[in-house]
Amino acid sequence: MTGTLLVALYIFVLAIFTGFEVITKVPPLLHTPLMSGANAISGITLVGAVLSTGMDAPVVTTILGTLAVVFATINVIGGFLVTDRMLEMFKKDKE
Amino acid sequence: MTTAEVITKLFYLLSAVLFIFGLKNLSSPKTARRGNLFAMLGMFIAVVVTLFDYQIIDYTWIIVGLIVGGTIGTIAAKTVQMTQMPQMVAIFNGFGGGASVLVAMAEYNNLLQSPVQSLGLQDAVTISISIIIGTITFFGSLIAFGKLQGLVKGSPVVMPFHQAINALLFFIVLVLAVLAVLNPANSLYFYGIVLLMAILGITTVIPIGGADMPVVISLLNSYSGLAASATGFVLMNEVLIISGALVGASGLILTNIMCVAMNRSLTNVLFGAVGTEGGGPSGPGGDRAVTEYTADDAVILLENANKVIIVPGYGLAVAQAQHVLHEMAKLLIDRGVNVIYAIHPVAGRMPGHMNVLLAEANVPYDLLKDLDEVNDEFQTAEVALVVGANDVINPAARTETDSPIYGMPIMNVDEADHVMIIKRSLRPGFAGVDNELFYDDKTMMLFGDAKDMVTKIVSVLKET
Repeated sequence: MTGTLLVALYIFVLAIFTGFEVITKVPPLLHTPLMSGANAISGITLVGAVLSTGMDAPVVTTILGTLAVVFATINVIGGFLVTDRMLEMFKKDKE
Repeated sequence: MTTAEVITKLFYLLSAVLFIFGLKNLSSPKTARRGNLFAMLGMFIAVVVTLFDYQIIDYTWIIVGLIVGGTIGTIAAKTVQMTQMPQMVAIFNGFGGGASVLVAMAEYNNLLQSPVQSLGLQDAVTISISIIIGTITFFGSLIAFGKLQGLVKGSPVVMPFHQAINALLFFIVLVLAVLAVLNPANSLYFYGIVLLMAILGITTVIPIGGADMPVVISLLNSYSGLAASATGFVLMNEVLIISGALVGASGLILTNIMCVAMNRSLTNVLFGAVGTEGGGPSGPGGDRAVTEYTADDAVILLENANKVIIVPGYGLAVAQAQHVLHEMAKLLIDRGVNVIYAIHPVAGRMPGHMNVLLAEANVPYDLLKDLDEVNDEFQTAEVALVVGANDVINPAARTETDSPIYGMPIMNVDEADHVMIIKRSLRPGFAGVDNELFYDDKTMMLFGDAKDMVTKIVSVLKET
């Protein structure tokens, strides 16, 4: 196991714990927006997809990468917009 | 590491911090919208910085992908109805998982044919893990979407030896993964893993019933994060690892909350195949007499009550009755009735489903109370009005040890002076358990579609 992989594993484990600490107390009111917002964040794969698509690589990589960009962008844009749309509706008192 | 690479990594760190702040702020209604904006900003920074990466030599297909995906995502987000939110989140989870597999396979093919880099043991291991998680997320989410959208039968679909076959398939996947790691140059092993995990994605979700969907969606949400993390290990990209782990943790927390709200273990939800579509055969009490009441009867009780607690369920979403329901609530509030909404954590088809629907109907969120907050208040309420909910109010959960819903925390609607239940028929709810409450003396059954019945109540209220 290389040093970089080990460091990456450390980062992963610490991030999981950070996630648990940060999110634990979410009121049921916000369960759906939390889920769709978190889902949009998981579209971060877009970063990898962009690299695969644009770099000097075999055609297969470019094709798979392009499809990945499409999938991840749907996830990111759709996820953030729909979360915002929902949160806009949560108001304390309209009158 | 070049200066450019250092700068890129620092921006990635900034993105990760923004994601953490974003999630933190999403935990409170006051700051949630800001939280989402933080997360958006984090994503924007990460993508823009990546676009400046020196490895990128051609932008054509990146732009095409961004435009196509952006258009589909925008249209979907702007046009989806709040009642369809569960299937929307399900399919988005799937796209996240799908993107992870595609990136991992793109990188595999890149390394395979690269004259300078070689495909090492570490690559083979991380790519295998990434495609295992990503593929099950994608296909599992497609089935969840199909079930919620009504394209696939909502009730559990179980084949003979279902779980044994799944276990065997997963064993073969593990064997293939070992072979793939030993012979990374043979792409057949990797494609074999994708194929088998696709089948497993379908066969593991298809036996899970509709009412258990809140758990499944939460779990798939977690998987979509873990898939992104796994792809981060393939690319050795820290921002993917961190963001994916955060989402993985968030999904697991929600999964746990949903399981607790049903008093069931995750294993039982995933492998128990509990539930029937729209109620099973009518139970032992099917031929007992039930008095049918009308909207006029309901109005007399509602108008004269001091406190009315409304308990919404999936039937409210199906009938799209949220707007007219709140119109009714407002008419009652105007007459001095104290109206609140009591929301069970697993009401609907995803965590928080009812809250989103009612928020859409302009219900101020301080009227939305969750189970723990509200359950003692039924004692002092004159009327508990149940709209399209069933299992979450079934007293069998308290007493009948052999019932599939035994031990599930329920809304204590039977502690109110009167229970009013709007329901299409006497058929048992999703769990297939007959509800004693329907036959109780203090219960007033109002048969009909939730929207039609509430509309009638509203028109009677307006006349008086």
